[in-house]
Amino acid sequence: MNILLAILVLGSIAAIFGALLGYASVRFKVDADPIVEQLDDLLPQTQCGQCGYPGCKPYAQAVADGEAINKCAPGGEDTIKKIADLMGVEVQPLDESHVQGDTTASNRPKVAFIIEEDCIGCTKCIQACPVDAIIGAAKQMHTIIIDECTGCDLCVAPCPVDCIEMRELPDTIHNWQWDLTSIPVKQLD
Amino acid sequence: MVESVIERITRGHFWDFHGGIHPPEQKMLTASKPIKQLALPKQLIIPLQQHIGREGDLLVKIGDKVLKGQALTLSTNPMVVPIHAPTSGTISAIKMSVIAHPSGLSQLCVFLDVDGEDTWRKKTVCADIEQLSNSEIIEKIADAGIAGMGGAGFPTHIKVNSKTDINFLIINGAECEPYITADDLLMMEQSNAIVDGIKILDKLLTPNFILIAIEDNKPKAIKALQQATAAIEKIKVCVVPTKYPAGGEKQLIQILTGQEVPSGRLPIHTGIVMQNIATCFAINDAVRHDIPLIRRVVTVTGQALNKPQNVWALLGTPINFLLKQCDVQAIENEQQPVIMGGPMMGFSVSSELVPIVKTSNCILVPSKTEMPSAFEKESKEVECIRCGQCSDVCPSQLLPQELQWSAKAKDYPQLEKLNLSDCIDCGACAYVCPSQIPLVHYYRIAKAEIRQQQQLDLKAEKAKTRFEARNLRLEKEKTARQEKHKKAAAARKAAMNIATPEATGAKSAVAAALARVKAKKAAQSQSQSQASTAEAQKNLAQSNELATEATNPVDEQKTEVAAAIARAKAKRILKQEAANKPISSNEGVKQTVTAQLEVSQPPSNDDKKAIIAAAIAKAKAKKLSKAADAVKSVNLAESTAAEKAVNLTDKKAKIAAAIAKAKSKALAKKANQETPITTAEDIHLEKIKAVRVESKDESDSKANAAADKKIRISAAIAKAKAKKKLKEARNLAGTVKNNDQDSG
Repeated sequence: MNILLAILVLGSIAAIFGALLGYASVRFKVDADPIVEQLDDLLPQTQCGQCGYPGCKPYAQAVADGEAINKCAPGGEDTIKKIADLMGVEVQPLDESHVQGDTTASNRPKVAFIIEEDCIGCTKCIQACPVDAIIGAAKQMHTIIIDECTGCDLCVAPCPVDCIEMRELPDTIHNWQWDLTSIPVKQLD
Repeated sequence: MVESVIERITRGHFWDFHGGIHPPEQKMLTASKPIKQLALPKQLIIPLQQHIGREGDLLVKIGDKVLKGQALTLSTNPMVVPIHAPTSGTISAIKMSVIAHPSGLSQLCVFLDVDGEDTWRKKTVCADIEQLSNSEIIEKIADAGIAGMGGAGFPTHIKVNSKTDINFLIINGAECEPYITADDLLMMEQSNAIVDGIKILDKLLTPNFILIAIEDNKPKAIKALQQATAAIEKIKVCVVPTKYPAGGEKQLIQILTGQEVPSGRLPIHTGIVMQNIATCFAINDAVRHDIPLIRRVVTVTGQALNKPQNVWALLGTPINFLLKQCDVQAIENEQQPVIMGGPMMGFSVSSELVPIVKTSNCILVPSKTEMPSAFEKESKEVECIRCGQCSDVCPSQLLPQELQWSAKAKDYPQLEKLNLSDCIDCGACAYVCPSQIPLVHYYRIAKAEIRQQQQLDLKAEKAKTRFEARNLRLEKEKTARQEKHKKAAAARKAAMNIATPEATGAKSAVAAALARVKAKKAAQSQSQSQASTAEAQKNLAQSNELATEATNPVDEQKTEVAAAIARAKAKRILKQEAANKPISSNEGVKQTVTAQLEVSQPPSNDDKKAIIAAAIAKAKAKKLSKAADAVKSVNLAESTAAEKAVNLTDKKAKIAAAIAKAKSKALAKKANQETPITTAEDIHLEKIKAVRVESKDESDSKANAAADKKIRISAAIAKAKAKKKLKEARNLAGTVKNNDQDSG
């Protein structure tokens, strides 16, 4: 009799808590995987596609699903380290096969530049730009909106007349950085 | 609370701020001499941007003659203040030039060749400011291009256009930085004008109290202002104890009112507005006398000068002109540092052509004994000994050594936790550091990096939203396109049921297929018998006829393939028959030939292989022309030159086919009965080779033709096109080869 009572009591408690947990899992369901958003925040948002995914968010999703963390070339070692911290995995060196363009050049920010005399107005670069930073129409000269360009390099390859090149942003007093190690410049004039 | 503040002020009891230092003042170098009026320099270099914010739109061009006080830029935005011609003259250049910035970078400057006449533009002097409305006064201040003259250069018209209730208006005459006496001298000489400027601010802001803060090391200035304000109850001259950096905005507010401005907030949020002495003077000039901001008092000092003094410098005056006027000693010394701003917060300028701007209050040219550290190339920095003196003197109550470590480690989140943004760059920590660590430099680097990072984050955020917006748009376009395709497909289906030329074409293809099946069946069932051979021949002839007739209908390709298969079948049967009964097969051939006479008119009756070869060659030619048509359709949008070239290909391909046909005929005539197929194959291979070579040549000639039409097409396009065509020609050759292999 006592045993039956104990089973009954414990069973009913288990049923109550089970129902509670079941309700909670429905009521407080997390829609998206929050890790994807966190990963997406770490990525540089150049939308360059060098990782093999069509943008930063898809790559974030892929990393969350177990893709290698070392495919983001614009983010570099810093981003890999941050992703490794977030995912709790080992830091890996950057996968060189996902680096496009000239890596030996300085890592200063670059933007695309259209040599307007050579542009034939084919709109191929406009279709390639992931952030709509190129304006122009068919048979009209195109140009880059510098402030919107992420320097992803994707417009360079599709150009049939090779009129797009990547140029370093010039130093202005707005983006200038103090550099104590540099040799002091004396202007002669 | 407010009453007690005023009571304390009237009693001369003030609060104190944390830390602070007492560096040697060195103000006696210039404090006793009047402000000198200088002769006009030969050329002025006027940077378009002299304040925080953005540069205005240029109103002048090279060669323009401008009058003194004439506006050179137009303000289109509240954060833009205009600049004015400091004297009359001619604009000789508008180009990049080194400006007063620690980076030594260039910015767009207007070069003004001074004509020496100093002719004013028309001035409208305002006798009574009471008649002006507040908005009119603010407009005058904005048009005069006044930006805070204490150091930061914040546009004044924004600061005085406040909607909130102002409790205290504080006029900052503390001038705490060593060496500088520009405000001191201005207060001594122009106290009435300054008070008039303060009255204008009073009218605009209607504060409860106006406090003029002056450090107690300027007795003459205090006396002058006390006399000038004696009649005005509202204005109190506050003599504050000398301590660096008492002139810092937040520090001075704390001294006078005991209030601390919260981190990340502006004084205006606590009902306080602060203006510099020189700004008050400029406001008076602008509103009453219609004189825009074109000159300022600059302290030119340092022991490397024989005559250190304060001067009235026109904005745009190059530093070397000022130094010459003050008789610089060591100009031959290449290493002579020239510091713009005070010794604590100033920076070395990279060129002596750097012009005076609205915010430059001091040019310091120290001698080697005076400031040895400025002459040293190498930093004498040693390890931090954790003495903590820096945090004792920090006026913002930060932890400078912690900040320094984090700055060196580039640990920016930690720096933000330590409130680096509250650092005012005063340099007190570096001044007391026994290890000679240039702490402020590390903070400046870190601040610039953090600012850069914030900009990058903003940009990344923007890129993300744009990317997502684009994807959404593409998705929409795709669904719209699919919808359209669906509709078009439905329309096509509907059209198939009605009798149209297209539908008939499709039906004829079906009929051809049926005939083929029949022929196959007939051949299978009657292959053994002799009589069947003749029928098979007939069927073959029929299918051949069908094939040739089907040239006209739409579905060419299918018919061709069908015909080829039928021919192959017939060939097999014929071979079998030939092995069994050579005579009857000959008869069959005769029938075939008669059937085909209307198509190809072969020269001999007994050479069936030649006919087949010719038919194949014709099919090849057709295919070739079709491929050429495809090329044509690709190039439709291109120039007429390209089209012509394609037509050329078409023609040439036909000619080639005809030649090949003729050749094959001739060869077939000679060909032996034992090895007819191989011969035909050889012929084909030869022909294809010829076609391939020709098509390559044609692509070259095409490129040439296109290049000839250079009038409208640039060389770049031609190159690109040639590249494309070569590729296509190669593809074409490849297809032809494949077809050959299939049929062979």
